Amino acid sequence: MKMNGARMMLECLKKEGVDTIFGYPGGTVINLYDELFNFKEIHHILPRHEQAGTHAADGYARVTGKVGVAIATSGPGATNTVTAIATAYMDSIPMVIITGQVPTPLIGNDAFQEVDIIGITRPCTKHSFLIRNVKDIALTMKKAFYIARSGRPGPVLVDFPKDVQMSLGEFHYPESIDIRGYKPNLSGHPRQVEKAIAMILDSRRPVMYVGGGAVLSDAAEPLTRLARMLSVPVTTTLMALGSFPETDNLSLGMLGMHGSYYANMAMSNSDLIIAIGARFDDRVTGKLATFAPHAKIIHIDVDPTSIKKNVRVDLPIVGDVKDVLLKMISQTEKNAEKLPEFISNLTPWQADIDGWKVKHPLDYKQSSTVIKPQFVIQKLRELSDADAIISTDVGQHQMWTAQFFKFTTPRTLLTSGGLGTMGFGLPAAMGAQAAFPDRQVITVCGDGGVQMNIQEMATLVQNRLPVKIVILNNNFLGMVRQWQELFFDKRYSSTCMELPIDYIKLADAYGAKGFLASKPDEVESVIRAGFKEEGPVIMEFKIAREEKVLPMVPAGASLNEMVLNA
Amino acid sequence: MQHTISVIVENDFGVLSRVATLFSGRGFNIDSLSVAPTNEEGLSRMTIVTRGDDQILEQINKQLNKLIDILKVLDFTDGSAIERELALIKVSAEDEARAEVLRVVDIFRAKIIDVTPKSYTIEATGNPSKIDAILELLRPLGLKEVVRTGSVAIGRGAKGWNG
Repeated sequence: MKMNGARMMLECLKKEGVDTIFGYPGGTVINLYDELFNFKEIHHILPRHEQAGTHAADGYARVTGKVGVAIATSGPGATNTVTAIATAYMDSIPMVIITGQVPTPLIGNDAFQEVDIIGITRPCTKHSFLIRNVKDIALTMKKAFYIARSGRPGPVLVDFPKDVQMSLGEFHYPESIDIRGYKPNLSGHPRQVEKAIAMILDSRRPVMYVGGGAVLSDAAEPLTRLARMLSVPVTTTLMALGSFPETDNLSLGMLGMHGSYYANMAMSNSDLIIAIGARFDDRVTGKLATFAPHAKIIHIDVDPTSIKKNVRVDLPIVGDVKDVLLKMISQTEKNAEKLPEFISNLTPWQADIDGWKVKHPLDYKQSSTVIKPQFVIQKLRELSDADAIISTDVGQHQMWTAQFFKFTTPRTLLTSGGLGTMGFGLPAAMGAQAAFPDRQVITVCGDGGVQMNIQEMATLVQNRLPVKIVILNNNFLGMVRQWQELFFDKRYSSTCMELPIDYIKLADAYGAKGFLASKPDEVESVIRAGFKEEGPVIMEFKIAREEKVLPMVPAGASLNEMVLNA
Repeated sequence: MQHTISVIVENDFGVLSRVATLFSGRGFNIDSLSVAPTNEEGLSRMTIVTRGDDQILEQINKQLNKLIDILKVLDFTDGSAIERELALIKVSAEDEARAEVLRVVDIFRAKIIDVTPKSYTIEATGNPSKIDAILELLRPLGLKEVVRTGSVAIGRGAKGWNG
């Protein structure tokens, strides 16, 4: 069938099962948008900034597991997506970002709104393509989606020149593709799996350290089953919260710089760490030289570059996390007769862990006069739907959410872990709401981050996306202020944002509702009122100004050298 | 420690950039870089001389393998390869020095490819240490310009990189 390149692009998206895209028009995508005008199979949402649109595609991908799609025009439109692309790259989120480009004869000529976006995003994309000919559109898009979603997922950029969009061609979508240089190994080697189970059954103080890979691989069910079969305690990174229910007795919650005392002690005193879809990031390991000195390490990951990058590994298993866990379950079942003795040998270890849990639980000093942020998080958990989706921005509130919300299902926490991008929370929630219009979507933000993409209030109202925006307002750039308090003698350089903003008026300006709680006894009623609203809502909570996130592993310290009180 | 790595890549737009960005972004060293098409359609071969310890080398190999356009990474560090380099050397030579230059050229089985009353331009090929040696001997006479290609390497034996 003969059609123009722009139409072909949309047909490709349809073939890949895309039903929702986020994009912002401009000169070099006006042809694409003209074809989109009547293209009923794809629902398009217009944000108010390309960064927000791309974060929204990211949030959409995180909650659904599908490839998120964003569109931006050339030049400034494309550069506005860079932060969001880097965010997705650091967290391995499957995305395809389509940027318009000046017509091919003008490329490299400093044309109007021209930018070498492929060059700019080379270090933060999994791969990128420049489509030079209308004949190449279908194959390029098939490759782009395949690369984005397979192996270790990641953002793929497709640069789409205007003249190619306007050219006519025959549309034929390839049935299959073969990329010579890209053959990810998804299947864990059975011999390695055998060795792993043998190592586990030989250990006395094992711990499972689970990262974002377990969520990306949709491996929560086999993970939970295996952990329970073996009775091994489980700690997760920020990115994996919810992959193992935090309400389970075996759960140690989050580990790392702001993880729980007991999770960090378990890692530091373990004799066997089973790393599952995690990459031993510096936020988790603390000082590498003294990290887990007595532990052997089994490392299961789909990306070979993550293995042995930071720590020495005793047993690497390259493969898709879900595949490897299912093989490990089989292998454990084959050794079922060894389990009772193994589990009873874990009693002293479990006792140690219980002791640490009692010694330093995650806690905060309650107050009847000032709202504590941790209290708001607990109340949100209590009053929100069981299948609510929570996005956070970046900072103290993000850590308090990770510590106190208690996640039990995967793909319910959307948070920028790798890049730590402020301004992520609100647009990511927007994307999640677009994916699940009937679920409750809540974004927890600080007063700093929420203002970075506050313009998206317009998108929420226009598209009837009833996101509940929780602002934990301490009039500070909280996390930086905490560091300035602990390490710079309270010299609060440029972290105080004293200006009081009337968020109720702000919400009203966009046609939404706003609520304010200034005292602890107002918290519950504000949350209830906000949740009851049918449309998007801002709920502002004026919280204690100088509250700290604890425990904390200071930069350069060992994982077990936590600051517990300060 | 120096390592020589050959990489077989799809001859697609931007591949060289991606490899260079990978090296610079992660702080890996490039001592020399050479790239040209191979006998196979659409494939080029890059030869990179880098330096680092075993852990760095393992990361370099794995990160290169991860790139979509890279088909194969050949690590020639264990000595099972033949390495060659070409150098074009312009050396000043007047009076007695002229005979000395010709002697060195003869010893190294190099060739004179340009001559003026004040200079010779020499073409030399050989493994990198041979090139280093000829340069050391010519240095006292006055090197005006030196252009090296960087190493290329090929495995010994009957098999190609693809079997």
